[in-house]
Amino acid sequence: MCGIVGLFLKDPKLEGELGAMLASMLCVMTDRGPDSAGFAVYGAGGKDSVKLSLRAARGYDFEGLAAGLSGPANGMPALALHGTHAVVEIPQVREAAVRAFLAERHPEVAVVGTGSRMEIFKEVGLPSSVAETFGLAQMRGTHGIGHTRMATESAVTTAGAHPFSTGADQCLVHNGSLSNHNALRRQLKREGITIETENDSEVAAGYLTWRMREGASLGQALEAGLKDLDGFFTFVVGTESGFGVLRDPIACKPAVMAETDQYVAFGSEYRALVDLPGISKAKVFEPEPATVYFWERAQ
Amino acid sequence: MNAIAPDVTFDLATTPLRELNEALHKATAESNARRWRVLNPNGRHAVAVGLAMPLTVEIEGNVGYYCAGMNAEASVIIHGNAGQGVAENMMSGFVHVRGDASQSAGATAHGGMLVVDGNASARCGISMKGVDIVVKGSIGHMSAFMGQSGSLVVLGDAGEALGDSLYEAKLFVRGTVKSLGADCIEKEMRDEHKALLAQKLKAAGLEGAVDVSEFKRYGSARQLYNFHVDNASAY
Repeated sequence: MCGIVGLFLKDPKLEGELGAMLASMLCVMTDRGPDSAGFAVYGAGGKDSVKLSLRAARGYDFEGLAAGLSGPANGMPALALHGTHAVVEIPQVREAAVRAFLAERHPEVAVVGTGSRMEIFKEVGLPSSVAETFGLAQMRGTHGIGHTRMATESAVTTAGAHPFSTGADQCLVHNGSLSNHNALRRQLKREGITIETENDSEVAAGYLTWRMREGASLGQALEAGLKDLDGFFTFVVGTESGFGVLRDPIACKPAVMAETDQYVAFGSEYRALVDLPGISKAKVFEPEPATVYFWERAQ
Repeated sequence: MNAIAPDVTFDLATTPLRELNEALHKATAESNARRWRVLNPNGRHAVAVGLAMPLTVEIEGNVGYYCAGMNAEASVIIHGNAGQGVAENMMSGFVHVRGDASQSAGATAHGGMLVVDGNASARCGISMKGVDIVVKGSIGHMSAFMGQSGSLVVLGDAGEALGDSLYEAKLFVRGTVKSLGADCIEKEMRDEHKALLAQKLKAAGLEGAVDVSEFKRYGSARQLYNFHVDNASAY
């Protein structure tokens, strides 16, 4: 089944509340996906720096890791601890060196996502405990997406939880199942896209990353996905500046959206949206099948 | 907006939904509480399902899945949007959605009337078995799929594959139809069909609001109806 939530703020006054609003939406979707949960938040970020969202075993010494990174990062990186996850912020020019160092010296640490503003957290367990473990309610940002998973296509593992990120500041959550993901995975790997799991949704994320690498906008990449991705899907996609929604042509999986002057919100069900401010006056609508929806932040 | 003074008010922000549905099921034809008002439905699923008495229930806000499902005799008015399967398997009575309805509105319903003031999305009236559905806006794809009897009246447009594998449900669309499904064809609009349409519009409170001659009629070509070996590839 799976549940999706997404929130894109138009009104900067709400940015301090983003995490709290998203946490409340995510928890309502527990009965659509109690196996695992995850979310991506687009918060503050420096122009010349990049954030790496890292994941390791419980109790891992991220502080020790950060100290070790001061060599390849050319200085001690800023570190934020969130239980099994940590976010390190390093100079953008040092990203390749830091990633090479992590891959070689620290295979026990997974890089969940990278980007100038995006941070990703995901874990097995009830959405409420995942949100609490990572302190989602305290996070601020301009937009964010979240997912509650009821596994169908691959095992219940942290690596199989959403969101999936296969490119800088890009992430995707998925409700549905794809039927041509194995063939597509092989094609994308040949194109140099890194895909780490057997999960069908990661292939969709990799597909969009590949299209955008080849010059497509997110809207164009989603449009092309209608032709190339076979199966059932409702996707919500985040980029550095925006937030997109796409449903398959049959509209197999549910989707409700609400828009006000202050925000655009997405929920698998309307229940997820009821605590948002001004919801009773919002324009509530169901996104059309096979139609790309996209909202971008003014730069 | 409320035309009635309620006899009973349930606020779902403070009262569990199960208590509301239990109370509605306990109401008898002789009970004094005939007009019910429900506040803060907040997208909950299965609000006012399984009613079997001539009650009137007004719901103030948006509901989730299967609202007024299996309805018999009751009138359920939703002052908001309805999620999937509103009035699914309705037997009789009247369900009115003042906003939009999501997928599968009136699915498999045997009787009664469903009126949607806004749009209804995909699969409206799927496998309908005698219900009358009137949508003032437009409907999504695969509507009236395998519709067996009853009528579907659409004042706006219809999406792809209208009336696919249709039996004897009668479809009337005023606007454009994106495409017809297998075995669904446009049919001549004769006087008896105009009279039938006028009667359905009147029952939906739309008498005189639209001109019946603006509608086109669609129905089954009856070619897939019974198995015929030449049609094997179409199944």
